[in-house]
Amino acid sequence: MTKLNYKEKIPNNVDLSNDLSLQRALEHWQPKFKSWWTEMGPEGFQTSDVYLRTATSVDADGWATYGKVKMPEYRWGIFLNDKVSDRKIHFGDNIGDPVWQQVPGDYRSILRKLIVTQGDTEPASVEQQRELGKTCPSLYDLRNLFQVNVEEGRHLWAMVYLLHAYFGRDGREEAEGLLERNSGDIDNPRILGTFNEPITDWVSFFMFTYFTDRDGKYQLKSLAESSFDPLARTCQFMLTEEAHHMQVGETGITRMIQKTLEVMNALKSDSIDAIRNAGVVDLQTIQRYINFWFSSSLDLFGSEISSNSATAFANGLKGRPDEMRYKDHSEKNNSFTFEGLSLENTLVEQTIPMRNAMNEITRRSYVTDCEIGLKRWNRLIKKAGYDIIFTLPSTRFRRNIGIWAGIDSNPEGIIITKNEFDSKVNSWLPSEGDKEFIKSLMVQVTKVNKTAGWIAPPSRGINSLEIGYEYVELRQ
Amino acid sequence: MITFDRDPDSYKHWTVEITNDKATLYLDVSEKDGIRPGYDLKLNSYDLGVDIELNDIVQRIRFEQPQVKVVVITSKQEKNFSAGANIYMLGMSEHTWKVNFCKFTNETRNSFEDSSNSGSIKFIAAVNGICAGGGYEIALACDEILLIDDRSSTVSLPEVPLLGVLPGTGGVTRLIDKRNVRKDLADIFCTNADGIRGKKAVEWKLVDYIAPPSRFDNLIEERVIEVSNSVKLRNGTNGVKLHKLNRIISDEGINYESVLSKIDKERRIANIHIIGPGDNNLITPNEAEKLGCEWWPLKFARELEDLILLLRTNELEVGVFTITSEGDTDNILNVTNILENNKNNWFINETIGFLRRTLSRLDLSSRSIFTIIDNKSCFSGILAELLFCADRTYMLNNSLAADTIKGPYISLSDLNFASLEMVNGLTRLATRFNNNKPKLNTLRKLINKKMNAEKAYNEELITVIPDDLDWKEEIRLSLEERTSFSPDALTGLEANLRFPGKETCETKIFGRLSAWQNWIFNRPNAVSEEGALKLFGTGTRAKFDNKRV
Repeated sequence: MTKLNYKEKIPNNVDLSNDLSLQRALEHWQPKFKSWWTEMGPEGFQTSDVYLRTATSVDADGWATYGKVKMPEYRWGIFLNDKVSDRKIHFGDNIGDPVWQQVPGDYRSILRKLIVTQGDTEPASVEQQRELGKTCPSLYDLRNLFQVNVEEGRHLWAMVYLLHAYFGRDGREEAEGLLERNSGDIDNPRILGTFNEPITDWVSFFMFTYFTDRDGKYQLKSLAESSFDPLARTCQFMLTEEAHHMQVGETGITRMIQKTLEVMNALKSDSIDAIRNAGVVDLQTIQRYINFWFSSSLDLFGSEISSNSATAFANGLKGRPDEMRYKDHSEKNNSFTFEGLSLENTLVEQTIPMRNAMNEITRRSYVTDCEIGLKRWNRLIKKAGYDIIFTLPSTRFRRNIGIWAGIDSNPEGIIITKNEFDSKVNSWLPSEGDKEFIKSLMVQVTKVNKTAGWIAPPSRGINSLEIGYEYVELRQ
Repeated sequence: MITFDRDPDSYKHWTVEITNDKATLYLDVSEKDGIRPGYDLKLNSYDLGVDIELNDIVQRIRFEQPQVKVVVITSKQEKNFSAGANIYMLGMSEHTWKVNFCKFTNETRNSFEDSSNSGSIKFIAAVNGICAGGGYEIALACDEILLIDDRSSTVSLPEVPLLGVLPGTGGVTRLIDKRNVRKDLADIFCTNADGIRGKKAVEWKLVDYIAPPSRFDNLIEERVIEVSNSVKLRNGTNGVKLHKLNRIISDEGINYESVLSKIDKERRIANIHIIGPGDNNLITPNEAEKLGCEWWPLKFARELEDLILLLRTNELEVGVFTITSEGDTDNILNVTNILENNKNNWFINETIGFLRRTLSRLDLSSRSIFTIIDNKSCFSGILAELLFCADRTYMLNNSLAADTIKGPYISLSDLNFASLEMVNGLTRLATRFNNNKPKLNTLRKLINKKMNAEKAYNEELITVIPDDLDWKEEIRLSLEERTSFSPDALTGLEANLRFPGKETCETKIFGRLSAWQNWIFNRPNAVSEEGALKLFGTGTRAKFDNKRV
């Protein structure tokens, strides 16, 4: 067996060079990851030099080391936030006990399932986005796409590290499963539904990174509270990177709106046909994309009333995001009241044990977080002199999981008939026509310092470089 | 602490009389000598202590009196054979005690039949007085039941009408399965507190023979002669003395010579560690007989049995037995083959029987059993049985480790394919593969061959084969997970999974009968303040919740 120089090849702060067990596991897994990346990763750019950020340590300097690299040679590393000595369990039934440095046998399967579900979304999004390079609006955006992709890859590594290091044989099998399932594969799909839809246009990509990656942020924040310390520390570090993905989404949508407003001002018209003819995306269509991506991301939080979430909270496996902001960390005897659904499909106030409401509590924090971007975009629109206001649809709108699944409601959350829903759906969600139109805008722009017509150029470059820097050197 | 080994000089409830090839056991229960305080053992009623002596007596006869072919069980009390298990003891005992009591008494009854079926001692119940409940269940476990026909002595199973419980020591099952009593007659018999006597008892097949008091001794003699003719392997002369066990009990565990144990009360795990035989045990049967209870197979059986009984009764919260071993694989294989090749020798036959019954006690223990095979292990031959009685086995896979480490290995012997049957009448291997004959034939070809983890796993003999690096963690996680589950659910799960395939009288007793009995034992109709078991003897009628469940 050839000895790898682990520190060099796989940047890490888990003492990989001295951990034989982990080495043996990774030696099996890494080649599979490489071939997965080649087959399922970004299509057509595997030999390009891409200006990427690589984490080489967890401190302020090390987490973002920049340089040009071919993606298959990217150094995916393994990092956990530094250990806090004497960390104690801070929520659930065992508050005050020391956190676990090893997986307790009792929670083995439930922890493994949490990690696998989280881990599965990471490579899934890389797969969903693999065609996007063909229609990138600029080299800057292309680079951002790849940055997101390699970091999702690193997040996969992070979850695989936990599986390898703490779950033995089962963990290794699950780690391979993460590469065997594929987004959209009929026979072997990704675990969560949303992650099986291909993302074929950049409007969807920006929406995904704004809304769906933000779900990821909230899941990671819950896991960052975990009493299983290695999981908590892994997720804490992942959050830094996740924040940048949402930044990609937010600035992408902002630039798209800016460009639309610019065109509207030049045309002095808010006629949708005129706007579309000018090659930019009308604000109404953007609202429909917001409706679509926001509502599908809501399902990822799970059911409003959930025994799994109660178990995970009570046992200290998964907390609320920013658990310390709450007053009561046991919530054993508290209740949660919300507007639920009666047997007659009408709204009714419902009270459930607080622990069973953890999914809903997390979802609400998420909704509040989503609103921040909308406020900024609405300011832009207002400043440009238009009275269109973007809104998030109700959390009851278009749900497939939870108590609202199968209930037809309009974006305001009012329950309506299926007929009414069907007749209005095209004004609420992207229609085939909208998608065709968006598709028509998607033209690859790879000239240095050029940006596609439907989106404004970025306001600044990466790592203080100029916007016109050659972020991706294409080689055919 | 309840212990199960007894000194013959200190028996309180039985006397033993040996004449030639007959041993007569007289039951004469000492009223004030209950094993726990709070009840009097009136009317030859028994508790666990009485049964422990019975078990010890029969075990000693098997080894120490190899000329004895027939054991006669009778009573020293006038007109009273036995009133069965003591009701006041049952009424005041906690559930776990009742269950353990029934399990041990069942095992003792079964051991009569096990001996009878394997060329060893036969049993005759000479019922010389009233014989009720558990008393009749002792008789039912014998090969023949002789009832004195004195117009008053009856046999009966009055549990249902008097106590609101079942005859829990196999009575119901043996009536219909062993003695072929018709089910409708059994229904009348089991609901009639007065019992049945004389001729009718014979007609209903409840007993085999009757005789008036004047002829009763003659009947016994006749039957002893007849029955002893069918005993095949009781032809020893010298016998093997069962010396006191060399046992050290401490807070950490219970240690013997061939069996050590560590009890981790915190984690609720007991490790049973077996030291395999040294090569001084590779001797002829005659030499082995001289070595007696120092010979490894017998020593091991005695020590393991004692340990299982002590753990089961005294360490109620220990939920998992891990079984490990150390020793030379060739030695254990060779010792096993000595047993296999000399099955017609009385001493070897008794030793195999002892091993068979002891391993059965493990199958019937309501504890999770994980057998763990590491570099030192010697789970071959007899000890391979511990792989197959386990709920799971973990075997260290060194195929990725340094080339210098070979093994560990396991091997099968002929003895794994016959002679060490479980209570379902099948070997553990046959049970493991639900008696799949082609599979068993394939495995026969591997007899005496060494199998490493990967081979053994591919042959479906091992559950999990973690590699050297995963080894410790894999086992820790499995154990922690196991002990986090509901003990009741695990008991139910294991009792079901351990016995696939056909039923026997014993599996019905340990499965169906015990499960129903344990349910009834937990129900208010039996054990509430107004329940039948609690109110027995007070004159007050029990109040039932009349819903049929």
